[in-house]
Amino acid sequence: MSLIALQGITKHYQMGNQLVKALDGISLSIDSNEYVAFIGSSGSGKSTMLNILGCLDRPTSGQYHLNDHNVANLNENQLSEIRNLEIGFIFQSFNLLPRATALGNVMQPLIYRNVPFRQRRDLARKALQRVNLGDRTDHLPNQLSGGQRQRVAIARALVTHPSILLADEPTGNLDSKTTVEIMQLFDELHAEGHTVIMVTHEDEIAAHCQRVIEMKDGHIFRDSAHLPGELH
Amino acid sequence: MLFSLLESSRSALASIIAHGFRSVLTTLGIVIGVASVIAVVSVTQGLRVFVSQQFASLGTNSLTVRSYTPLEDRMQGLNARLTPEDYGLIEQRVDGIASITPILFASRASQIKYGSQTAYSQIMGTTYAYQDVAQFFTTEGRFLANSDNLTRRRVAVIGDTVRENLNLPENPVNEFVELGGEWFKVVGLLEPKGEVMGFSQDDIVLVPYATMQSLQGNQARTDIQIQLSLGENAEIDDVTGQLSLLLRNAHDLDSSDEDDFVIETAEQMMQTFDSILAVVTIVIGGIVGISLLVGGIGIMNIMLVSVTERTREIGICKAIGAKRHHILLQFLIESMLLSLFGGLIGLAAGYGLGSLIAGSIPSFPPAAIPFWAVVLALGFSGFVGILFGILPAAKAANLDPIDALRYE
Repeated sequence: MSLIALQGITKHYQMGNQLVKALDGISLSIDSNEYVAFIGSSGSGKSTMLNILGCLDRPTSGQYHLNDHNVANLNENQLSEIRNLEIGFIFQSFNLLPRATALGNVMQPLIYRNVPFRQRRDLARKALQRVNLGDRTDHLPNQLSGGQRQRVAIARALVTHPSILLADEPTGNLDSKTTVEIMQLFDELHAEGHTVIMVTHEDEIAAHCQRVIEMKDGHIFRDSAHLPGELH
Repeated sequence: MLFSLLESSRSALASIIAHGFRSVLTTLGIVIGVASVIAVVSVTQGLRVFVSQQFASLGTNSLTVRSYTPLEDRMQGLNARLTPEDYGLIEQRVDGIASITPILFASRASQIKYGSQTAYSQIMGTTYAYQDVAQFFTTEGRFLANSDNLTRRRVAVIGDTVRENLNLPENPVNEFVELGGEWFKVVGLLEPKGEVMGFSQDDIVLVPYATMQSLQGNQARTDIQIQLSLGENAEIDDVTGQLSLLLRNAHDLDSSDEDDFVIETAEQMMQTFDSILAVVTIVIGGIVGISLLVGGIGIMNIMLVSVTERTREIGICKAIGAKRHHILLQFLIESMLLSLFGGLIGLAAGYGLGSLIAGSIPSFPPAAIPFWAVVLALGFSGFVGILFGILPAAKAANLDPIDALRYE
């Protein structure tokens, strides 16, 4: 069975008198260790897609199976638990806790799993070493560069050993040199067996992925497998 | 649950320290409220400890009987009296008395002269038994003797304040002082007893009862007080019962009449004092309640601001797996700790203030904080923190993760 299985997923918003169909009957499956990019213009529904996949939001209708959990009908607290167990988020704006050190940020998701302090610290150190930030553990986010912050965020996503890494425009706030570094890291993580799903509007980024799903008006417009490519 | 509590406290603490100055300002209302109550309580409790020691030194098993005129009678110009005959009756008929003495007060504060010095003091006519009943001892010379009374000797035992006011020598024995135009020889100096609530216990002149009686002239209107101490096996209720019965008979009171005398025990005086303190405490408690309420609203206000400020953080925490209760607990604990810190600072400040007040008034007893006041102050400030933390914490816990993450 596939890792992610969506069946007839819809997401409708009421905006004033108008019903907005952000997602309109999406069916899709993603296997373990796939490297997937969702692309599309703004308003195509890719952000909503990400929110649904990341269990931040519930679909209006449809079925969503994630790693054998039926998550479409879970309540808020159950969704929190699924996010903690199954999903590692990486955001465009890094979204680190500003008052916590790099180590503190990476330890944070483990708190919600009731992992004792020492164990938490050791796991977080390992995760930071994995993203080559073993020497920056005690720095606050504002003492780190953009690329380093995104590495901390990736370490935070990795530390829980999630089934999927979900990245929302992960290089959107980075310069081109750092973008290459970060994308290399994603490539490595994929090679190590992680399932990576990202949302982007840049073709160069999408070109890294094996499978590109293009969205348009709440539908899947094109779904194709790519070979990994270089930045053009 | 315990784990969550611990982790929430940890991050709450970090957040309070990160906004140190703001935290202090936020909790200022609580600090002032708790400080004022602790200051007042420490002063009154210090006073209470001191006063109860004073009463204990009066002898817990001593009784005072004095006349009492009900208001109705007083308006008709009647005055109840306790007469030397009453004293005689009590001395003969009441069981369980160790020692008993009549006291005759000078009708007004009287003038005393020594050389060119003049002072005013309380002059009491009493007997040698007063020493036992009231626990007065002399440092120089002797107390009044029985023979002083029998022969109406013109001798006086004086308190230390009187000695000072009259510029008498350190040992005033054998000096002569003038009381109401008569010369008295000083035979003893009383051991200093200090002050109770600003009233000197040492501003006193004791003369023999019979001498006082003869000086006062009008015997028909004599109104005395009787002080007595109980024998070892005597029950205080039993003795007061006997006294009451005897005096009611002697004064021809009907069963419908009020007593025209009162029997005071040291315990009763303590109770009166306590009830005054209780009223003071309730009034202060009300004021403090209001200030804690205001302090709590201050905390709620800042916590609401803090939730708005940290909307994005809350979104992040929710995205990486925080449940409602994690967020709720963190903000509740933060608000409680904030308030509790205020309580602690207030406790220290209040004790300092109380000590300062007690220290700046001469011969005022030292401030004392009873344990219940500490528990109450901290418990109440913690409670206020939780109460006023509920709304902000619920607001934080109810944030939608997507909206919170988008918040700029």
